[in-house]
Amino acid sequence: MSTIQSRQFHHDAEVLTHDLRHRKLIQKALGGYYVKRDEQKAKFTDWQSARASAAAAKFEAVNHLDKYLIEFTDKLAARGTKVFWAADGAEASAYIAGVARAAKVRKIIKSKTMTGEEIHLAQALEKEGYEVVESDLGEFIVQLREEPPYHIVFPSMHLTRGEISETFEKKLGSQPADTPEELTMIARDVMRKKYCEADMGISGANFAVAETGHISITENEGNARLSTTLPRVLVTIVGIEKVVPKLDDLALLLPMLATSGSGQNMTCYNTLLGGPREQDETDGPVEYHVVLLDNQRTTLLADAEQRDSLHCIRCGACLNVCPIFKNVGGHSYGTTYQGPIGSVITPHLRGLQSWKHLSFASSLCGACSETCPVKIDLHHHLLQNRRNAIAEKFVWWEKTLFAGFAWFMRRPILYRFAAPLLRIGDPILRLIRGQVIDPVRMWTGTRDLPKAPPKSFKEYWRSRHANR
Amino acid sequence: MQTDSREKILRRIREALAVAAPKRHLAGAGQAMSHPPQDWLPPVPNTPAELVALFEKNSDDLKTVVHRCPDRAAAAAALAKISREEGWKSVATHDFDLGRAAVAGLNLPTLRTDLPYTPADLEPCHAGISGCDCLVAQTGGIVVTSASAGGRALSVLPPHHVVIATTSQLVGDLADAFALVRMRYGEVPPFLSFITGPSRTGDIERILVLGAHGPKKLTVLLIAE
Amino acid sequence: MKISLFIPCFVDQYYPNAGIGMVKILEKLGHQVDYPESQTCCGQPAFNSGYWPEARSVAETMLDAFRNAEVVVGVSGSCGAMLKVFYPEMFHGEPREAEAKALASKTHEFSSFLVNVLGVGDLGAEFPAKATFHDGCHGLRELGIKREPRELLRHVRGLELIEMKEAETCCGFGGTFAVKFPEISTAMGEVKCASIAETGADLVISNDSSCLMQIQGLLDRQGKPVRSMHLAEVLSHSLS
Repeated sequence: MSTIQSRQFHHDAEVLTHDLRHRKLIQKALGGYYVKRDEQKAKFTDWQSARASAAAAKFEAVNHLDKYLIEFTDKLAARGTKVFWAADGAEASAYIAGVARAAKVRKIIKSKTMTGEEIHLAQALEKEGYEVVESDLGEFIVQLREEPPYHIVFPSMHLTRGEISETFEKKLGSQPADTPEELTMIARDVMRKKYCEADMGISGANFAVAETGHISITENEGNARLSTTLPRVLVTIVGIEKVVPKLDDLALLLPMLATSGSGQNMTCYNTLLGGPREQDETDGPVEYHVVLLDNQRTTLLADAEQRDSLHCIRCGACLNVCPIFKNVGGHSYGTTYQGPIGSVITPHLRGLQSWKHLSFASSLCGACSETCPVKIDLHHHLLQNRRNAIAEKFVWWEKTLFAGFAWFMRRPILYRFAAPLLRIGDPILRLIRGQVIDPVRMWTGTRDLPKAPPKSFKEYWRSRHANR
Repeated sequence: MQTDSREKILRRIREALAVAAPKRHLAGAGQAMSHPPQDWLPPVPNTPAELVALFEKNSDDLKTVVHRCPDRAAAAAALAKISREEGWKSVATHDFDLGRAAVAGLNLPTLRTDLPYTPADLEPCHAGISGCDCLVAQTGGIVVTSASAGGRALSVLPPHHVVIATTSQLVGDLADAFALVRMRYGEVPPFLSFITGPSRTGDIERILVLGAHGPKKLTVLLIAE
Repeated sequence: MKISLFIPCFVDQYYPNAGIGMVKILEKLGHQVDYPESQTCCGQPAFNSGYWPEARSVAETMLDAFRNAEVVVGVSGSCGAMLKVFYPEMFHGEPREAEAKALASKTHEFSSFLVNVLGVGDLGAEFPAKATFHDGCHGLRELGIKREPRELLRHVRGLELIEMKEAETCCGFGGTFAVKFPEISTAMGEVKCASIAETGADLVISNDSSCLMQIQGLLDRQGKPVRSMHLAEVLSHSLS
């Protein structure tokens, strides 16, 4: 089942799983999150009921998506917002570049948008000659390092202060700094100029409220507030699945996003934006565009079994509990969305056969589904992706192996020979352990095999009856 | 400009939704659905005194400084004290009832963001002093709109944001805040923000740093009115 | 009660003592146990690898073996979950769906059966050791088993049970995952073994032998003296 992507994944996973420094760093980074998250969850009157309510709100939105998108865009347009529906990344980028051109923009400042990352928007605009600055601290750091974000919520989780200081020294010409505080202030100073100079801001959106025609942006730093206020032109790019039916849905979803995402009671800034500067306002963008992005979300929608994947509020909680993510790291996924949600949706967004390996790279422990605030059936979807991938195109030797397995297991009389065969094979396996001819070297490379016992259960049972 | 894919996308959505999604994960949600969702959030007290106490406790956790002021004169004095301690050279504000006298009493060059201004004018100001629509006890948060807080930038660009508010502006949770805003403005204005503490980041080694891009300090002068 | 035993294939081949332990305990409690000998494997390896038709073909032997059973008790969380949770899904829309659902509803995992169905906590068992418990993921998250093993172990005389920090974190076995992605599986196992070591326990107990195969396999390779035992073995050890 080897594709370029799966070979790259295996290679990166091999490297990262042996990197004990990385393993410790991520464990430490997430340790504090677990404590705070559990504290916050405990404050809820009933966290499980909150999950059920949140799941119901997103279920309603996604299963009546056309109705709510129309309501959302009508309300936006009534306030003078320009709405553009983009079928894919190319359409979205072309439109946004067109907006920049028409408005004679030179400098663009961006706040965090995974949707923008998905379609490589910044790169597309840079190609057209615009300066595009990432204002979110974590995104800014990885942008300077020319790396993709490591985690959908914490883009620079994998870096130490030393590495960040080095990057700032090299790319910004700053003085060496050895505290997070100093480093943050360096970024803050750089960014303040950029906010004031930028002609255009680009933002993402966590939610799109149909009832009132607002997008909602959740952040801690204030960079989205600034990016969406100071420049004269603003573009928000948002996936079509981000819709929620009612404003009051946010009263539940915003605290849940904060709790699951970062173990906070409430994230620092939660901002609703619905239109450009009005008559009686003295600031805010004069021109406001909202770009709705499909980019295969309708493909995922059409898979009714997995449609609830579109409920995702991009909190990152599933990444934070996934033992695979914690051991291979965000970059190994090789795609915008990491962790369990990424493994579920990427085959739909980017091709099943090329990306199915992410769905196979899981022990199906279920920690993701357990933690998801909107109750997406994540680990079962991984199983469904596997089934779909094989049904579409099976792997010859696996098909033969499992056909043989089924043939054998349907014949209890033959199965009886398994135990004595294993006992005979035991010392032979021990001899060739870990070598090329060892049929189970995928196991014995790093682990010992158990010894075959003197009697199998079936043999014990039979002898028990013989003695009666 | 280019024509967009609205009809194409809507058609694909409708085709997709022709097949119903399973509701397995919603099974057993009966009890949850029989209550308004807000019932499952952290509980909110009823009495004004408890609301203030909860707001103060949450603010404390967030490092928002709350000064309880028995009256407007006390608030003006508190503001003047902060100005002296921090060495403010200029401030920005808008014209609002609770702030008028207090800001005037600072005797500092003052930018008005409810009159035409540019970001370059605002950037050097040491503090932004504003009102708000309401305070949210459940989160320790402050709700601002352009009308209540002098525009969209005043409450986020200056390094110290001071909010002057009254205890009667306290509401329980976000749903209450939404209801208040809707009642006040008819419909929700094009800009609204929940501010919950000074700006912060954990992007570097997951260690908390205040003042990432927004204000490093947030102060609430809470007048008993 | 006549209890039909479900002995997963690798328990049969590699960890028969877990099954034998279960037999001892159920008989001590005065029940009649039956073992349909035609059972072989639940089909999980094929199912997890995406080969559902082949998995169904194997699963049918389970449907046949337990057709007349009143109640089925299995000694593995992951295979128990296969029968209880995944058989209905795997046979959805297929001819034998009703039988799959019937089997699912009468199947129980061993510790859950003792505590929740038989209402038993104290088996009069004795096992002096300093131990920690590993929650197998399928048992924990598919079957909701957390409290039950601990309730049973609480009464074991001489046993000191220390909770490890990563009790609920996956050990990395995951069936075919362990050999398809050995590097990730091993890393996950190492994290689990480190958490066990932190407790200072000399015994790790689980209700899933496949997890113990992973954990013990790594401990042995690391040269660590920590032993592993299935819950049923610990509980039945002191019974005659």
